[in-house]
Amino acid sequence: MKLTLKVWRQKDANDEGRFVEYTAKDISPDMSFLEMLDIVNIDLVKKGETPIVFDHDCREGICGSCGMMINGRAHGPGRGIATCQLHMRSFSDGDEIMIEPWRAAAFPVLKDLMVDRTAFDRIMRSGGYTSAKTGGIPDGNAILVPKPVADEAFDAAACIGCGACVAACPNSSAMLFVAAKVSQLAVLPQGQAERETRVTRMVAQMDEEKFGSCSNTYACEAECPKGISVTHIARLNREFIAAQF
Amino acid sequence: MTLNSKIPDGPLEKKWSTHKFNMKLVNPANRRKYKIIVVGTGLAGSSVAATLGELGYNVHAFSYHESPRRAHSIAAQGGINAPKNYSNDGDSVYRLFYDTIKGGDYRAREANVYRLAEVSGSIIDQCVAQGVPFARDYAGYLDNRSFGGAQVARTFYARGQTGQQLLLGAYSALNRQLDNGNVKFYERREMLDLVVVDGKARGIVARNLVTGKIESYSADAVVLATGGYGNVFFLSTNAKASNATAAWRAHKKGALFGNPCFTQIHPTCIPVTGDHQSKLTLMSESLRNDGRVWVPKKKGDDRKPKDIPENERDYYLERLYPSFGNLVPRDVASRRAKEMCDNGYGVGASKMAVYLDFADAIKRLGKDAVFQKYGNLLDMYKQITGEDPYQVPMRIYPAVHYTMGGLWVDYNLMSTVPGLFVLGEANFSDHGANRLGASALMQGLADGYFIAPYTISDYLASNKFAPVKEDAAPFKDAENAVTASINTLLSIDGTTTVDEFHREFGKVMWDYVGMGRTKAGLQKALKLIPEIRERFWKQVKITGNAHDINTELEKAQRVADFMELGELMAIDALHREESCGGHFREEYQTEEGEAKRNDRKFAYVAAWEYTGKSGKPKLNKEELKFEEVHPSQRSYK
Repeated sequence: MKLTLKVWRQKDANDEGRFVEYTAKDISPDMSFLEMLDIVNIDLVKKGETPIVFDHDCREGICGSCGMMINGRAHGPGRGIATCQLHMRSFSDGDEIMIEPWRAAAFPVLKDLMVDRTAFDRIMRSGGYTSAKTGGIPDGNAILVPKPVADEAFDAAACIGCGACVAACPNSSAMLFVAAKVSQLAVLPQGQAERETRVTRMVAQMDEEKFGSCSNTYACEAECPKGISVTHIARLNREFIAAQF
Repeated sequence: MTLNSKIPDGPLEKKWSTHKFNMKLVNPANRRKYKIIVVGTGLAGSSVAATLGELGYNVHAFSYHESPRRAHSIAAQGGINAPKNYSNDGDSVYRLFYDTIKGGDYRAREANVYRLAEVSGSIIDQCVAQGVPFARDYAGYLDNRSFGGAQVARTFYARGQTGQQLLLGAYSALNRQLDNGNVKFYERREMLDLVVVDGKARGIVARNLVTGKIESYSADAVVLATGGYGNVFFLSTNAKASNATAAWRAHKKGALFGNPCFTQIHPTCIPVTGDHQSKLTLMSESLRNDGRVWVPKKKGDDRKPKDIPENERDYYLERLYPSFGNLVPRDVASRRAKEMCDNGYGVGASKMAVYLDFADAIKRLGKDAVFQKYGNLLDMYKQITGEDPYQVPMRIYPAVHYTMGGLWVDYNLMSTVPGLFVLGEANFSDHGANRLGASALMQGLADGYFIAPYTISDYLASNKFAPVKEDAAPFKDAENAVTASINTLLSIDGTTTVDEFHREFGKVMWDYVGMGRTKAGLQKALKLIPEIRERFWKQVKITGNAHDINTELEKAQRVADFMELGELMAIDALHREESCGGHFREEYQTEEGEAKRNDRKFAYVAAWEYTGKSGKPKLNKEELKFEEVHPSQRSYK
């Protein structure tokens, strides 16, 4: 396949940035999207140009490093996948592909397609944990968690922190990300002691990081590579309100 | 150099508790005066940083990622072992110890392995308390499944994403310490040198990957939890950034490297599809619980799998190993798969694959139950190959997955550089010549939560530390050396990209230092490796500069180190004239094609010493004494 790429290039956070057109030649449908970019980058380096910078690591959809807007969609076409799991068989010969970084005030561009998502870490740091110290813990089976509850907690905990929910949201809201952690620890018996302070602090930090508000478009759920449901946002709202009284 | 493993005296089951009592302690009020650097924030790094922070030490944690949650521990799928005996099938600490020593083909230290088995139960409790959503039954009790090399069900799991959930647990424990200010996290920093002052590890030099600045950090102790070196082979199941640079540079500063040739080839990975392939994807070993491995009985059979009748299929693992069947250890399953393909029974377009078939499991348990257990793995397979494993058998082939070798450490997890501790996959200690499934997560967290926090305290309490400034000569010298090396790389301006070199080098490693090794092949590798390395330093092309984000420069430094480490792997593999676990020398095999050890000559840890750029690595030996378990020919029949 031969493809035309329009890729966002931006030298650093202060640069304005622009789209630059590249041709990707001899692309096999079996390649992953990132492998296609690897090939483009080898060409660029050989020509003496700087390669397109993007975050990536595990390339199997779990580390949450990769993420780009592909033809206006977070992680590109297809449901339930991260960019690294997108394969070129989803495209046709001659296609034009627009590739952009996540766009959100809370995710400043570091270079090209690489953004700074440490805002997520600061939210997690402000309460996304149980205060369990190492050692002196009762036996694992002393805390019973029936399967449906464990499953519900797992569904929320499956979040990979990639930021697609923020990128897909017209308001750049991080509600799904925050909801996933709040919900996981709200349904489990282990998370009860700090239930109220957790949600209050995490929401405050989310606001401080300049993420937008939720207006129930559900774009986050549609683009989440792990299919995390917006029902967790409903639980976040309930937990937040309950914590205020 | 004399190696002292510092294994405590006394009976095996008392060693750790006796040692814990004998170790020195630091008064809680004095702990904040000690500064500890932790490099790497995967399972081992995050857990040790969190625990040391809880104890009250002044901890500084570094990662080349933007967040600890990106570390490759996140990708571990199957599970974590602990001998809780919740399954009531006869498990015990001793049995886990025994299985691990045997699984490692009698090339690990008994005392370390026993301690690992002993503390592993507490890991499960710890993770549960953190809110890790392990699989549970309807009454709320923890569920277990079985894994290769064991006949009990002792593996705890969270669907096919156990590593993710455990790392997020350790990350949350770390977040709690970041929140209360006991730990400081430095993101996007790559350690490029270890700084040794008066014979002790006293700090690191790191590159800020965003600004390109070379930064120095001093401390009273340094912990490396930087993972393994599977990416030497270019194609592996490791994440793209996983590298050996921190460990290798510590090696050059005096830390011996233990058993570098012990690499694990995982039997169930998605096969290579073409030259564009950038990495390989693992399919969890847990799939072998219900999936059946087979090839056609007829060589070169081109029929579709559904057209091959039952009596024309060879379920070779079940045939060869009736008691363990599809759940033989990884090294055995890998070698048999390679042998089937080499002998012409391979399947798929490349003929370099065998089938892993879920048809029977779907018939027996129903599609829903199979989905519940393995859904995310089967989806992942479909996404990559475009084939539906609920309809057609999966195609799998072995791939490089884990490295049992690593920096040599004593019982306290301290390397031969005093004050440099090495944890998790980065050390060599617990898995011998072959790691059993679900044991890597166990070791990383055992080291981080329950072992290193004690032994590091003992080291700090037993030594005096003169203050060292970050602008002192040893730091400046290290900074200058790092800067000079970066400038050299950028000035070459050759014609071949880093990836092209890495791919070429990795192929040599896979062909001659991979699954099947021979004297002639290893000698050939030792001729080719220096040639490629020399060409690399003359012809590599890196664009951009050293003062901002430069991913090509990052890769170039890692590949340069892989090319040195790869040579040591080949030297180690050549010197070890026996087969054991993942190290298979074709000259040394039993009549059935199993690994044939030579305990008389090779029951030792090969710990290699760096002797300078032009010097030959020097071999030091740590004899392995087996007082509890008598080494025997491993049998899984």
